[in-house]
Amino acid sequence: MQVLKALVKNPLSLAGLIVLLFFIAIAIAAPWLAPPRPGFSSYEIPRDGFGITPKPPSKEHPFGTTQGQYDIYYGVIWGTRTAFIAGLIVTGSCALLGIIVGGVAAYCGGLVDEVLMRIVDIFLAFPFLVAALAVASLLGRGLVQSMLAMTTFGWMSYARLIRSEILSIKERTFIEATKAIGASGSRIFWKHILPNSIYPVLVVASMDIGSMVIWLSSLSFLGVGAPPGYADWGQLISYCRNWIAGGQGMLFRYWYTLVFPGGALFLFVLSFNLIGDALRDILDPRLRGRKISG
Amino acid sequence: MLLPIILLGITFLIFAFMQAVNPYQRLFCFLPTNPSRLTKQQVELLMDKYHLRDPLMVQYISWLNQVLHGNLGWSQASHESVGKTIVKRFPVSAEIALYSFLPMIAIGIYLGIISSVNHNRAIDHFTRLAAITGWAFPTFVLGLTLLAIFYGASGLLPPGRLSTWASLIVHSEQFKTYTGLVTIDALLNGEWRVFLDGLRHLILPVLCLSVIEWALTLRVMRSSMLEVLRQDYITTARAKGLTERTVIMKHAVRNALLPTVTIAGQDLVFLFNGNVVVEVIFNYPGLGQWAADAALQLDVPAIIGFTIFAAVCVLIGNLVVDLLYAILDPRVKYD
Repeated sequence: MQVLKALVKNPLSLAGLIVLLFFIAIAIAAPWLAPPRPGFSSYEIPRDGFGITPKPPSKEHPFGTTQGQYDIYYGVIWGTRTAFIAGLIVTGSCALLGIIVGGVAAYCGGLVDEVLMRIVDIFLAFPFLVAALAVASLLGRGLVQSMLAMTTFGWMSYARLIRSEILSIKERTFIEATKAIGASGSRIFWKHILPNSIYPVLVVASMDIGSMVIWLSSLSFLGVGAPPGYADWGQLISYCRNWIAGGQGMLFRYWYTLVFPGGALFLFVLSFNLIGDALRDILDPRLRGRKISG
Repeated sequence: MLLPIILLGITFLIFAFMQAVNPYQRLFCFLPTNPSRLTKQQVELLMDKYHLRDPLMVQYISWLNQVLHGNLGWSQASHESVGKTIVKRFPVSAEIALYSFLPMIAIGIYLGIISSVNHNRAIDHFTRLAAITGWAFPTFVLGLTLLAIFYGASGLLPPGRLSTWASLIVHSEQFKTYTGLVTIDALLNGEWRVFLDGLRHLILPVLCLSVIEWALTLRVMRSSMLEVLRQDYITTARAKGLTERTVIMKHAVRNALLPTVTIAGQDLVFLFNGNVVVEVIFNYPGLGQWAADAALQLDVPAIIGFTIFAAVCVLIGNLVVDLLYAILDPRVKYD
């Protein structure tokens, strides 16, 4: 509650919260805002013909159509759901995997810890997008494959974080006290150590959702993410590549092919970053309640 | 001591991911020449020669043997062997990376200092907002926007690496290649116009790549400065009557720089990620563009080769950072 109050008080994070609520509303209201056609998957963007050249916004297509006559408005609305689903699932699985690996490493210690942490080092040697691109393409194009590839290379920071948290909490006096009253090892771990160390992980995870959505869009943009015609912002943005230059003397003629999906992606990620940045300052005990003169 | 183990682990991991494609596709990873002219019989023979029908452990050793001998296979995407492609394209990507790296660190550090010294004042809020915005701006959206403005609207800064006329000069016999970096080679050859043309093509990719990295450097520098400014020795320095400028520049910044050096290694990772996207958008013929092509065509040797190369680069980068750290911080000693 206190955290929420602090978030509302800071103008930047308040703006982030409002934008986030706006996107949540869109994601929930998607079936009413852009009714799917009967007999088609709701994530399949409807096409108005097969012409190549994008068409500007009109009454029928409020945001215009992009290359291949995909309706941009429909894609942006349902893309919100794709972004939430992908962001939450990927971040959630990364955090879970990281908590398990880091937790086991810290709990067992010794050789197990050493081996697990070297495995973390190995995964960390790969640049995220490069590795995700490689794995997603080897597994075959698709949203699930991309999410799997991203999870494979996204869990390591969580493992390191939870491990160091657990190791520091293990040494606290209240753990000694629980030992003194005779609690069993597993009880101490599950009831006292884990709940106390999981908090920073949750903060990092909340900040990660935005970047995961960017990475997924990048994969779609590069052509290994969502299949053609799938309601995904990165996919819509990749359609605008051939048109955005507009041709000499036709300045921003096809602006709508980039501005709507690009703007949605930007605002979505921005809202998470604004909240995350404020959260970090609020929850960082070293920065709490002090003023710097100078 | 640990480096060889991690390198071995990297190859093991990559080999595991190679299992996602069928053995015939994996065969390309072993062939140093164009496989399209092979007959069916020859292919079957090669399958045996490289142990692709044997147990996984045998396959792994056979593959590792090739990799250690520098044979990464034949890339369909570049119509060349993977090794040659990397050697040829590395300077191209390195040029973008080099020009983004230095300004981004300098600007990030400078803004981080300004931001922390004016903690919670208007300028702090402004730089932070700019950093968060820059961080949230997906590279490819930024790149396409820049392309629309500076190429679509004005034709000022075209995509690609060089204009046709400059490319002809670079590929002519009189032009000597020293580094592979087109701007530096042009200067060494005394070709001012080629230098300017190369620079003109570099501006947008470099700008696009630096924005995000600078946001990261700024954030790290800012929080590191905030922490240092709180230390007792800063209060002591102020109590001694030193000017605020001396306190900041001589006492605070020097110590706050250390974490920024640590993330310089991390920056290398970001440069690899960013290069892929940026080169695709600006049609810049570097490693990233090749990797993206390879991923689309399922060019297995190229995908694998590039991934290994990237991982090794990151490892070397981190090693350099570790050594730098020991030089900068007298408390750190390596035996």
